[in-house]
Amino acid sequence: MKELKLMKGNEAFAEAAIRAGVDGYFGYPITPQSEVLEYLMAQKPYEQTGMVVLQAESEVAAINMVYGGAACGKKVVTSSSSPGISLKMEGISYLAGAELPAVILNVVRGGPGLGTIQPSQSDYFQATKGGGHGDYRLIVLAPASVQEMADFVGLGFDLAFKYRTPVMVLSDGVIGQMMEKVELEPQVTRRTNEEVAAQCPWATTGRPVNGPHRIITSLELDSAKQEIHNHKLQNKYKEIEEQETRFETIGCDDADYLFVAFGSSARICQKAVQIARAKGIKVGLLRPITLFPFPSKAIDSYSKQVKGILTVEMNAGQMVEDVMLAVNGKVKVAHFGRFGGIIPTPDEVVKALETKIIGG
Amino acid sequence: MTEEIIIAGFGGQGVLSMGKILAYSGIMQNQEVSWMPSYGPEMRGGTANVTVILSDERISSPILNQFDTAIILNQQSMDKFEKTVKPGGTLLYDPNGITKHPSRTDIQIYKITAAEAAAQMGSAKTFNMIVLGAFLKLKPLVKMENVEKGLAKSLPARHHKLIPMNMEAITKGAEIVEKV
Repeated sequence: MKELKLMKGNEAFAEAAIRAGVDGYFGYPITPQSEVLEYLMAQKPYEQTGMVVLQAESEVAAINMVYGGAACGKKVVTSSSSPGISLKMEGISYLAGAELPAVILNVVRGGPGLGTIQPSQSDYFQATKGGGHGDYRLIVLAPASVQEMADFVGLGFDLAFKYRTPVMVLSDGVIGQMMEKVELEPQVTRRTNEEVAAQCPWATTGRPVNGPHRIITSLELDSAKQEIHNHKLQNKYKEIEEQETRFETIGCDDADYLFVAFGSSARICQKAVQIARAKGIKVGLLRPITLFPFPSKAIDSYSKQVKGILTVEMNAGQMVEDVMLAVNGKVKVAHFGRFGGIIPTPDEVVKALETKIIGG
Repeated sequence: MTEEIIIAGFGGQGVLSMGKILAYSGIMQNQEVSWMPSYGPEMRGGTANVTVILSDERISSPILNQFDTAIILNQQSMDKFEKTVKPGGTLLYDPNGITKHPSRTDIQIYKITAAEAAAQMGSAKTFNMIVLGAFLKLKPLVKMENVEKGLAKSLPARHHKLIPMNMEAITKGAEIVEKV
């Protein structure tokens, strides 16, 4: 039976990691995600499941510990918030290049620079368009509830191992800090070394008796080979786009207007949908759950039905570019955002719909 | 049923834990709940507030600008949140330390002298439970047996001996809340 608890998003992520049979967590504290590390240290999973929990000396060290664990086929996690994620970007690019599975949580705060500790979604570009160097993509999951903070650990690892690619859970200070009811999955036993060796034939689990050395690297000095590797990565990202796009729609069937919002902004838009509909404005919400792959086709499918689309983001206008690309000029698209750690209110969102889309 | 509540006061008054006990009580009777605190610099010695939502349906926004009920425990919070109560909504406050009393005429205003009652009971720590008792008298959203279960869930086992005292404080709050 599933267990019901009241938890913060950050705690739910940490508890879900223990229960998913994660082998190692490597992190460094930063507000507003420090509860992940605090919770793990308090629960001491190393005494129960054998999961390693380690506060590294820096974010750079933590992401390279993730690289090492992932290279051995282990389920490894790290978490941070925006400035810390920037520090991890080199390692994330290496993980993508070396095709290593890992789950990376970013509980986004306002930037640029050290910015503010309050919630933001201003790392959308960084998460979905690279962030690190080189032609790569992360699978990016955007939780909008504490339940999804827990669920996306398991989903993240399923995808990370299926495609041998790092997965980012792009959360924010609202989802990380709030408490909601959460149903937790039962404890999964950590994989044995034999199971890892059997399930991850690519992993560096020891020199095979008959066969070539297994080498995990992101370095290839022969450009012809590197181009082949780049094609392989691009084909993988194409397959991910075809297979793994996830989104949710609320009140879209009869909608004249559409909100597109992810994470905590999507929660605020749900309330805005209720307020607007009470005023007679038929608006729906499309919530991308995967930010890469982006639900472009789903959004485009509304471009004939609706008279306008408003993206609501806690940033200066980032996802709006992907929405514009999705509908390619077929319908009016505008952006409404608050930033610097300010959270838009549902009333403000309705007003923005009225001024920027309906009356604009 | 959906009840949207803001609880606001000083850090250390038990604002966040009161919200947590209310949220846990909601879970005990199968409601959807959310608990969204202010965090960061304002927590450290300044004001603290938490938005708690109890509902029979899936909760939309955990962040709100209007509330069915505001529970206000210091002057700064009065200045900030009196205006956020929905017309016809409820404002519950402790007059202790309040210099500018609420003046709106389109809402129901109640007072609870919780700081005074907690001092009389000999335990300042029961303050927030007296306030919770007053709130539950005005809005009986959760059954007392579920509040008791909520307390047991949100307090660590070593503090379970304090549950009877907390329940007594809740009863006290329900007795002494008055309409203004």
